Amino acid sequence: MTKNKEVLLKVSKLKTYFPVKTNKFGKKPVLKAVDDISLFVYKGETLGIVGESGSGKSTLGRTILKLVEPTEGEIIFEGEPIQEQKGSKLQQTRNQMQMIFQDPFGSLNPRMRIEKIIEEPIKMHTNLSKIERKARVRELIGKVGLSEEALKKFPHEFSGGQRQRIGIARALAINPKFIIADEPVSALDVSIQSQVLNLMMDLQDEFRLTYLFISHDLSVIKHISDRIAVMYLGRIVEMGTKDALYENPLHPYTKALLSAIPVVNFEKKREEIEITGELPSPVDPPIGCAFHTRCPFAMDRCRHERPQLKNRNEAQQVACFLYEDSEVNKESSILEV
Amino acid sequence: MEQKEKLLEIKDLRVYFEIAPSRMAKAVDGVSFHLNRGETVALVGESGSGKSVTSLSIMKLLSIPPGKIVSGSIELEGKDLLRLSEKEMRKVRGDDIAMIFQEPMTSLDPVFKIGDQIMESIIHHQRISKKEAKERALELLKLVGIANPEKVIKEYPHQLSGGMRQRVMIAIAMSNNPKVLIADEPTTALDVTVQSQILKLMLKMQDTFNSSILLITHDMGVVAETADRVLVMYAGQIVEEAEVKEVFLNPQHPYTKALLKTMPSLENNVRRLLSIPGNVPPSHQFPKGCRFADRCEFAMDICRDSAPELESVSEGHHVRCYIPFKKGGEAVDKEQRSVTKSF
Repeated sequence: MTKNKEVLLKVSKLKTYFPVKTNKFGKKPVLKAVDDISLFVYKGETLGIVGESGSGKSTLGRTILKLVEPTEGEIIFEGEPIQEQKGSKLQQTRNQMQMIFQDPFGSLNPRMRIEKIIEEPIKMHTNLSKIERKARVRELIGKVGLSEEALKKFPHEFSGGQRQRIGIARALAINPKFIIADEPVSALDVSIQSQVLNLMMDLQDEFRLTYLFISHDLSVIKHISDRIAVMYLGRIVEMGTKDALYENPLHPYTKALLSAIPVVNFEKKREEIEITGELPSPVDPPIGCAFHTRCPFAMDRCRHERPQLKNRNEAQQVACFLYEDSEVNKESSILEV
Repeated sequence: MEQKEKLLEIKDLRVYFEIAPSRMAKAVDGVSFHLNRGETVALVGESGSGKSVTSLSIMKLLSIPPGKIVSGSIELEGKDLLRLSEKEMRKVRGDDIAMIFQEPMTSLDPVFKIGDQIMESIIHHQRISKKEAKERALELLKLVGIANPEKVIKEYPHQLSGGMRQRVMIAIAMSNNPKVLIADEPTTALDVTVQSQILKLMLKMQDTFNSSILLITHDMGVVAETADRVLVMYAGQIVEEAEVKEVFLNPQHPYTKALLKTMPSLENNVRRLLSIPGNVPPSHQFPKGCRFADRCEFAMDICRDSAPELESVSEGHHVRCYIPFKKGGEAVDKEQRSVTKSF
């Protein structure tokens, strides 16, 4: 799918900081939710963003949609920088980007019928007549695998999976090109998860959609993504194609993350990279590499200097000093054994 | 684990909820199983399958009404918990059976310090002084891997992260060396790296105290890594019960098979996931036949007419399904294999 490498979205040096309540005189701490992130999303692909809670993955998604103001950096959608856009220009860009939310219970207005929920964005953003709108709503509800009877019902009459389908129909209502899905299946049971994932992949094929798929679940991310970015404390520590990342994870955090997933395998005990402790606070992130406080391979350099995301091979980029120069490389390969 | 001594035995438990006059939701409908000493049993199922209601019934923490234990017995070392008075039951809770909940955020009292909450449960069950209780609390916190227990006992729950709070919950649960630990989705709210730490901790505690664990979860990966035996629940009933390897390598019930295949996994690389069509039937109007029949790709006429019983297919392996018994097992197996391959 990534053969045709046309960039749809480019994010460069994006920072989103939130002010935190001042606790001491004068000093104003900030929470660095997104801390210097650059990435591309190609047309028609799915870029998976994976990370633990607090890694800033949702803030990244929201910042791209400008639901949260970026502190610094550029967001370029179809060649146009949008971080400066306002008013109707911004609205036009936003129509191309839609969001699917995690909570299928909180994201639908409980007092609106499904028909109205899906029709609303069409009414707001297009000039279609009432009859055309109704036809479009009926088409959409069919596309997401629900019957037309559903249109007359209220959200509470549906299960989580069905609600998520309605959320998808609403997101598709005005033919967006780009969809940010923030943990769309995390609240669903496994058997329902797979229905929604299959639906999202079918719709992607049919409408040539581009997804930014945010999840903490490495198995789900692997299933749906073409490329994956691993986030830790507001930074991307590793990015690469799905196959490269899962077969040959480079960053110690990616390795730890992959080895922590419980798997069904009775024959071979997987090698495990244990990390201790928990995510440090993004208000006062560690100096140098954000991961050095938990990294089993941390060196002196990691405590002072922040590693940049650099190409490691054609398929992978990693922000880690273990891969900086050849000498350390040899060392690290010993460590891997 | 060879000494198979039944510690907890649940027989024909039925818990109904009255959702409207004369309309009963059968949350748990005839569940029987047992827990051996030192064993970890996983109770697996999707939301609404009745797994949490089962665990709450064991602790007698269900609100009655609207809940109602219609029939059955829950025996801990031969003593029927359902016949105990509330006062006697309070001694059992925490002392004999302890529970860890899914939400580490809400299961600690926000207005009490961590130390006081651990000490409370120790003092309630053991006759020791406050000073001794405090020492014990510090010891427990160290045991669950909290680096600076002296600081943590003076803190409030909101000052701790989710993983830390779950460690504290485990410390409280283990404070009186319970015989049974019920863990209801203990790691669902946690991140994977923290999840693996907590699961390891639970198994370590089990070794230390030789307790049994009833692990309630929907994550088959967690099951594979921690459980000795597995119970699969669907619509208020156990549909399959077997040793953990048997469940993964030789599942018999179509629901178990489907459940294993719907998981997006790190190992398989399929483009489309198998999904189970439809939804769980609502618990107030179960069909008279097999409750899974409407979603089952192998459903036969008999499945819709009468409900199958939980029967033994081999030593320790029980299945609630007609397929392994109706036709020659071999033939069906081949047929199923060809069907599953097509996904």
